[in-house]
Amino acid sequence: MPEQPLIHARALVKRFGDFTAVDGIDLDVAPGEAFGFLGPNGAGKSSTMRMISCVSMPTSGELRILGMDPVREGPKIRARLGVCPQLDNLDPDLSVRENLTTYARYFGLSKAESRRRADELLEFAQLQDKAGSQVEPLSGGMKRRLTIARSLVNEPDLVLLDEPTTGLDPQARHLLWERLFRLKQRGTTLVLTTHYMDEAEQLCDRLVVMDGGRIVAEGSPRSLIQTYSTPEVVELRFADGVDYAGKLEGIGRVDPLPDRILLYADDGDAAVSEVHRRGLTPSSVLVRRSSLEDVFLQLTGRTLVD
Amino acid sequence: MISTMVAARVSPSRVGAVMNRNVGALRSGPSYWLVLLSGFFEPVLYLLSIGIGVGALVGDLTLPSGRVVEYAVFVAPAMLAVSAMSGALSETTFNFFFKMKYSKTFDAILATPVKPFEIALGELAWAMVRSSVYTIAFLMVMVALGLTSPGWALAALPATLLVGLAFGGVGMAISTLMRGWQDFDMLTTGQFALFLFSGTFSPVQDYPVAMEIVVWLTPLYHAVELVRGLAIGELSWGLLGNAAYLLVMMALGLTFAARRIQRTLCV
Amino acid sequence: MVHPTVAVLERNLALYRRLWLASAFSSFVLPVLFLVSIGIGVGGYVGTIGGVDYLAWIVPGVMASTAFQMAIGESTYSVLGDFRWVRAYHAMRATPVEVRDMVAGWLLYILIRVEIAAIVFLGITALFGALHSPWAVLTPVIAALVAMSAAAPVMAFAASIEHDSYFALLFRFVMIPSTLFAGVFFPVDQLPQLVRPLAYLSPLWHGVELSRAATLGVAAPWPIWAHAGYLLLCCAAGLTWAIAAFRKRLQD
Repeated sequence: MPEQPLIHARALVKRFGDFTAVDGIDLDVAPGEAFGFLGPNGAGKSSTMRMISCVSMPTSGELRILGMDPVREGPKIRARLGVCPQLDNLDPDLSVRENLTTYARYFGLSKAESRRRADELLEFAQLQDKAGSQVEPLSGGMKRRLTIARSLVNEPDLVLLDEPTTGLDPQARHLLWERLFRLKQRGTTLVLTTHYMDEAEQLCDRLVVMDGGRIVAEGSPRSLIQTYSTPEVVELRFADGVDYAGKLEGIGRVDPLPDRILLYADDGDAAVSEVHRRGLTPSSVLVRRSSLEDVFLQLTGRTLVD
Repeated sequence: MISTMVAARVSPSRVGAVMNRNVGALRSGPSYWLVLLSGFFEPVLYLLSIGIGVGALVGDLTLPSGRVVEYAVFVAPAMLAVSAMSGALSETTFNFFFKMKYSKTFDAILATPVKPFEIALGELAWAMVRSSVYTIAFLMVMVALGLTSPGWALAALPATLLVGLAFGGVGMAISTLMRGWQDFDMLTTGQFALFLFSGTFSPVQDYPVAMEIVVWLTPLYHAVELVRGLAIGELSWGLLGNAAYLLVMMALGLTFAARRIQRTLCV
Repeated sequence: MVHPTVAVLERNLALYRRLWLASAFSSFVLPVLFLVSIGIGVGGYVGTIGGVDYLAWIVPGVMASTAFQMAIGESTYSVLGDFRWVRAYHAMRATPVEVRDMVAGWLLYILIRVEIAAIVFLGITALFGALHSPWAVLTPVIAALVAMSAAAPVMAFAASIEHDSYFALLFRFVMIPSTLFAGVFFPVDQLPQLVRPLAYLSPLWHGVELSRAATLGVAAPWPIWAHAGYLLLCCAAGLTWAIAAFRKRLQD
């Protein structure tokens, strides 16, 4: 291996009593990568993230973060990590700027340096004009940007983002993606969890799909789609309750969902012509590119967001 | 009661944040009934500590009428009046404010034919239930300790109800003026000052004249005088004046609260 | 490089900057009002106790109990809130700050608050002429011991519960009885034999007796080392509990 991986895990397990949250996963994350954990709620993504951020101890298996042992060298590792948790834990009674400076002090930075970085990060998070305001009245998107900015205060080698855009409106999400993309361009190593396939596709160079505490697939978004799906997908809806799945046989792989039928095809338009040729009249037809959602469906038989 | 509130008033905005999220859940909280019940113990503890403990150091006290009583006999009715006051105030300020500002209970009620004044009365009635449970229990403790007779205790009961009504009415009026939880700080401050200087622990005649006049204007003084007069059987025409003060206070409080509810919610 | 404990302390002080005005009443005004109402008002009827006037007798008690009440009051809602709603400790946990820094940072913050209040109070009571011995200068140290022995276990308690209504029970069944019956207003000898050990259990009583010995220049009921030793024991036990409780709360 040319460079030492920032995260190295083998047969990593996390149990809470009888419940196994993470069931023996292997992974390596290289410097400069943007790595994602994709999976539904309860797949074990957040438990894995907490072990990586050295706040939760593995039940068994091997885990090295930045080449160090999280059990013995937790504070030393955490000094070089940036963590953006799923739930915002900003100090609502402090100002936006104070949130950054007090956090910088936790890393042992001098007051002058803390102020300098706070200024820089306020700009990065596009919160300069909110610097003196308290956190409570900020919008969800602003709070998230502040939390992310705060996680960068120690110029970390590795930034961990747990569900960075969950609960945000589409506009706020796009703004946040743009900021994260900028980080990625700077060469910052990002590790994020998400249950949004579009987020994973946008941000991740490489990702693992998790389900039931296990990794069920691994690769770049493009290679995963190539391996587990067809280039195009046709979504068909029928007005009556008749079971059409059988009548579509032979056109491509068919996935009947409660509200629609997915038809996987190399050429979507050709598949639609075939549907019409068979005398079927769907109430709506949508031809789209295949996505990670389809990969997930193929791998687990379930949809990502229910 | 008051000291509990003083202790709890740490950083108002944080306590406020806790309250915002929790007052709603208070009624289902694991120890709500225990908390409600424990509210009764505080005045009893004060009675035992200051009335009896410090009372042993004080010995006897000569009342303005010339009658000599034990110090505990003097303090107990004051604690009774304080108990009636804080029972009524805690329900009509903290809880009332929450219902008005956060849970929007009143908006829902006002969508029905119920009138603002009826809401004010209803809230006051509930506050009185809590207040009178405390005062009845406290009166029984006083009788058990020989600090009053069962007959005078019965005579003092309506007086404590009047005290509860008067403070309940004003409490609601104050709640309608509150801007946020921070303002409760001032209320607690005021309440504690009243508690210490309303002829509760020593006769107001001992205070400097200027202070005596100020105290004479404040409500808890009249509550203490009225309850004490009845509980220890020191009847005088002055008690009617004290009662009148409390009646006016109740009427003004209720009218003002109803008007404010009307103005803030019926727009 | 700044020590993580100091960084935590700074955060607590930054919060306090926004709130100090609201707390000025309970820290400075309230104890003085108490002195006037009970010490002077009721004191007029008490006359002397143990050879000194009643005001001078309760001054050390009110000082110790102010430290006690501040320590308890400050370590309840704020600590629970920082776990449950603000999640400030979860934020710290993701940094090099360790549990011992969180606990120590909070206790140092309480200490600063209590010391300011104690010194102001000492100054005011000196004006009242209530200090009879130069040993009175030691009372802020005693107040610090009382505050730590109360704050540490209370913050442990706050870190262990889910619902803030338990605090009302803590105030009513622990804090207020301690304040009223631990020798602040009358000697514990007056308590019935049966409940007297409860007063001995309260760290406040030991603090009150030490403070009284200091301001009046008299002997304490127990040897000084016994009173101070008990307070130190409470601090140590509370600290151990607090660290364990924080660690447990922050687990996974």
